[in-house]
Amino acid sequence: MAVFNLNINGEQHQVDVDPDMPMLWVLRDSLNLVGTKYGCGIAQCGACTIHLGDVAMRSCMLPVSQVGNQAITTIEGLSEKGDHPVQQAWLEHDVAQCGYCQSGQIMNAAALLKSNPKPSDPEIEAAMNGNICRCGTYVRIKEAIKSVTSNT
Amino acid sequence: MTLIKTQHNRRSFLKVSAAAGGGMLIGFNWLTSCTSQVKEGIPIPKEWFEINGYIKIGDTGLVTIYSPNPEIGQNVMTSMPLIVAEELDVNWDHVVVEQGALNPDAFKKRQFSGGSLSIMQGWDVLRMAGATGRRMLLEAAAKEWGVAVSDLTVSEGIIKEIKGERTIGYGEIAAKAVDIKVPEEVELKNPKDFKLIGSFKKNVEGPKLVTGKPLFGIDFIREGMLLAMIEHPPAFGMTVKDFNREEIVSMNGIRDAFTIDISVESTRLVATVFPHLIAIVGDSTWHLMKAKKALKANWESISELENSEMHTQRLKRDIEKGEIQESRKDGNPEVAFSKAAKVIERTYTAPFQAHNTLEPMNFFAHVTANKAELIGPTQTPGVLKSNASTLLGIPEENITVDITRIGGGFGRRLYVHYGLEAAAISKKMGAPIKLIYSREDDMTAGIYRTAYRSTYKVGLDENNNIIAYSARGVGFREGAIFPNRFPAGTIENYTATKLKSESNISMGAWRAPRSHFAAGAEQSFLDEVAEAIGKDPIDLQLELFDRAIDNPIGEKNEYEAERYAGVIKLVKEKANWGVETPGIYRGFAAYFCHNTYVAQVLDLIMKEGKPIVNKVWCAVDCGIVVNREGAINIIQGGVVDGIGHAMYSEIKFENGSPTDNNFNTYQLIRHNQSPKEIEVFFVESEIKPTGLGEPGLPPAVGALANALYKVTGKRYYHQPYATAIQDQSTIETTLKG
Repeated sequence: MAVFNLNINGEQHQVDVDPDMPMLWVLRDSLNLVGTKYGCGIAQCGACTIHLGDVAMRSCMLPVSQVGNQAITTIEGLSEKGDHPVQQAWLEHDVAQCGYCQSGQIMNAAALLKSNPKPSDPEIEAAMNGNICRCGTYVRIKEAIKSVTSNT
Repeated sequence: MTLIKTQHNRRSFLKVSAAAGGGMLIGFNWLTSCTSQVKEGIPIPKEWFEINGYIKIGDTGLVTIYSPNPEIGQNVMTSMPLIVAEELDVNWDHVVVEQGALNPDAFKKRQFSGGSLSIMQGWDVLRMAGATGRRMLLEAAAKEWGVAVSDLTVSEGIIKEIKGERTIGYGEIAAKAVDIKVPEEVELKNPKDFKLIGSFKKNVEGPKLVTGKPLFGIDFIREGMLLAMIEHPPAFGMTVKDFNREEIVSMNGIRDAFTIDISVESTRLVATVFPHLIAIVGDSTWHLMKAKKALKANWESISELENSEMHTQRLKRDIEKGEIQESRKDGNPEVAFSKAAKVIERTYTAPFQAHNTLEPMNFFAHVTANKAELIGPTQTPGVLKSNASTLLGIPEENITVDITRIGGGFGRRLYVHYGLEAAAISKKMGAPIKLIYSREDDMTAGIYRTAYRSTYKVGLDENNNIIAYSARGVGFREGAIFPNRFPAGTIENYTATKLKSESNISMGAWRAPRSHFAAGAEQSFLDEVAEAIGKDPIDLQLELFDRAIDNPIGEKNEYEAERYAGVIKLVKEKANWGVETPGIYRGFAAYFCHNTYVAQVLDLIMKEGKPIVNKVWCAVDCGIVVNREGAINIIQGGVVDGIGHAMYSEIKFENGSPTDNNFNTYQLIRHNQSPKEIEVFFVESEIKPTGLGEPGLPPAVGALANALYKVTGKRYYHQPYATAIQDQSTIETTLKG
């Protein structure tokens, strides 16, 4: 066990955990931030996507010891009032079915749009391909992302 | 004018009382039908009067609807309250929907979110409850003003005098409506006057979902709870003997480790295929995952260790010799086949598949000396409760089961073994615990969709008329044959046989059970038959339906031929079927299951040597469409699911073990493989609504196979199709040719 000081959603958190513990479990089990989801544990489904700085990361394979003082953003901290353009687009396009994968989809889409504000269809597909939606809401996810690009 | 009764044998289906904090509270049984035909002399079941749905009309006019139905992503938490709000006649913006507390006593057998039945079963009672509220509020206003109810009108929660100036909101009169006698029957709206039903309404939990609120079972936290994981035997046919307990319990963050036994009298919905498991309890999921890696267990074989080759051979044998589960015969197919000028026979297969709900199995349990509290994602809380009672030796009245939002069902959460495992672990620990499956546990201890094998045969006369038809299918749990579905009723000499084979792999219902395979096989076969006799596949099927409309064969045909033909004609028109566009390869399929009719046209294009689904056109007849937004979404999801599983997904077995255990090798459809566009059209109807969770999936399989044939010139008989398409040169050669 070791003590880590983490900057999560703009707040400082101190946790005393195993250095190899993935951020996913630090968030979910130590800090009760359960918006970040567990789906596969091997970075294949994207449900656990968070931002490390501005970059989308799979938190299930990111050991807490590698985070250092980089800012972490989770779905809970993407916007203060739940009104990030991507969140609004998700509501406008009524994307969710079961909804379990959607916080990961939203975090991945938000990071994509930050680095590439007007992605083409193939760029959207390439960037989102690591995020599985078992309910099959892909058509709406793409529409939602494209609506953000056309609104900005 | 449609009237609906609010009581049976003088017992009211509703209870009305003052609401805490002011206003009116209407309680009713959300999940049972109030208009079911009850024969005189048969006592009505007690649970009909159990209260689990509530409408609260607050003194501010805010309406809160408490929905107890399990939400697995089929959108019932939006669509069912919408029905109540329609009849109550309130502004949807003034409605709040909450997940209602469950009283599973009411649902010993009835509560069940499966079979696309929720809307169909709830339709009458939800309308009745809303209409009763509206009527009582109107009566209270009439009494207040000393006028007749007929002098009043209501719209969006505001009551107005027809010939006067006075108006009053529901909120202002709600407290007084509590004293009005519950009417014996109430008038329902004419569907033509619906304002909410049929409109586009967003998912009521959308804002919580996009901000990561804790809604799912896996998110549930109770102060002081411990976490638990299981390790099941590595193969079907094995059980646990012992394990290195001392080493495991000495690990950092581990509280205890032991074996549990959840053997109860096994029913289909328990699915205790591994009744003996190793359980590890600790402080964090990561500690548990590390402990699982350090496990050294001795397993022993208790039955045969099966493999996929063995499964293939058994299905080949049992399609002839298996146990017959259901069959039908019209005319004399044997004689007709013997006289046929030409016989076409084709065999179709599909592999085992896992459900892979993205939220793995999990459950919270807190078991004390004579009480148990169970909370988590289940579609069958009543089944869990009764079995937990048996397992724990605690009377059912001391057990509560509460449902969370469910991160995907597809049939998997009908089976309650993981709830029982959580209960057994909590009992042993004497503490509240939350059990979580790893993805590997979830995928390798599945309640799989069985593998299937079906053979279809037609006999043609010298003029290419279909004179005989035969369908014969086997699966390990059930064959995928529905003897009384189309084309039963359209062909003089007809036979269909559903057979069963045996396996010790655990199997269960998987989205659109059996239909998901039957539709693909049957509709591919009919496409091939149409080509052989020189007809357009849509024309061929419409001709068969004409026969079923004019002069059907047999009496037990399970479909309405007019509605079936209706969706086919609708999709034909919308997709502009028959007009060839260069570079677009089209497939058609139609299917009826779960009381809903769906026809689809699927357009493939070729991109970099790979077939891509460019667009899918869907025509749907589900009766009245309740929430158009949710209805379109779930049909689109069904199409993606159908294409994805037919194209990519497969689980194989070696020595009793599933060969895939995570998404690195088990392929689920992803963004770049999804259709680019899915357009959904509904048949406008005033027929009682039917389900949508399942019927969108099956035809997509057939439409895909038929479109693939157009691209490659090859027919696809064996799922997953992607395996069969591996030879890309075949495709490219065909295109150049």
